[in-house]
Amino acid sequence: MPSPPEPLSADSTSPPAATRRTGLTTIFLAFSKIGLTAFGGGMSGWMMRDFVRERRWIDEADFLNGLALSQSFPGTNVVNLAIWIGNRLRGGAGATAAVAGLLGPSLFAAVAILAVFDLLTHLKATHQVLAGVGAAAIGLSLEMALKAARRSATSAFSIAVIAAVFAAVCLFRLPLPLVVAVAAPISIVVAYRRKREG
Amino acid sequence: MDVQTFLRLLAVFVPLSLLSVGGGQAVVADIHRQVVAGLGWMTDGQFVDLFAVSRMAPGPGSLLASLVGWRVSGWSGAVIASLAFFGPSSLVFFALAHFWTVHPRSRLMQAVEEGLAPVSAGLMLATIFVLLASADGGILAWAVALVSTLALVTNRAGPFALLGLGAAVFLVLG
Repeated sequence: MPSPPEPLSADSTSPPAATRRTGLTTIFLAFSKIGLTAFGGGMSGWMMRDFVRERRWIDEADFLNGLALSQSFPGTNVVNLAIWIGNRLRGGAGATAAVAGLLGPSLFAAVAILAVFDLLTHLKATHQVLAGVGAAAIGLSLEMALKAARRSATSAFSIAVIAAVFAAVCLFRLPLPLVVAVAAPISIVVAYRRKREG
Repeated sequence: MDVQTFLRLLAVFVPLSLLSVGGGQAVVADIHRQVVAGLGWMTDGQFVDLFAVSRMAPGPGSLLASLVGWRVSGWSGAVIASLAFFGPSSLVFFALAHFWTVHPRSRLMQAVEEGLAPVSAGLMLATIFVLLASADGGILAWAVALVSTLALVTNRAGPFALLGLGAAVFLVLG
């Protein structure tokens, strides 16, 4: 959808490629498209192709920086990434339009699919399909978890943190807030010290 | 929707929003613990069904939170759960995006990034374990999950094809 011509942006954080202020509707629709077409966990790849290479809303280094932060801070990675890009384009309003576009239409789609399965709930096949998709989906998550583990296992200490968090949640069944409240500060302090020494 | 359900949805998802370091997948194990064992809103099988739909549907897998809300209390539940799960972390990340533009690559920010990464990885691995332990199909579920992982790691198949394949395997053998 073409945005109406607007005056040059005075915002110094916009990427050089974006010479005009991008319309909020344009942002909403662009993120809706990502939300509705990117299946199965590869969404950040789609976002990179669309927003960096095609629309040139953000340069690649800035995108990757945002991606790294999105992955390590609380929140859904692609939602955080949408905030990063929307904020670059139009500040808070842009971030809001991006998140609404990413989540709104795909929420309707997800509920529609769930409603269809509910209608078919008396069929044995329905449960088999969902159980099969669920098992494969767990496999997709495992691939992501293994990548995250490999990327973060940079020292004996960080490997110990991974193992301790896993054991605390799975084996000792400790509540998540407790686990994060203990593990996160310790891990951050150790990383900070290592930075200062290194 | 009654006020009590409304407050319970907030009590489940607002804290988890702020604790979902490294993404929504990190807290699936704890969502499961609370809504199945804690609140008794659904069975193990129903939870894994929602997880399956959240991964099969377009959009981020974290829409699982919205689907839990929908299951518990229809559209109002879906909206409340979505705002509760996506809102708080989004506000924090928006503040961070601003801070980062002012202080790019500060040592503190790098340490936070590096320090949170292994915590997030541990949580994601825990989620896999909890989900597989509660999945219908026992050994078949483990096998499909591991084969899917292997196929992705070795670039043998795309995610969507694997979801279809999982459904086919369960239809034939399940």
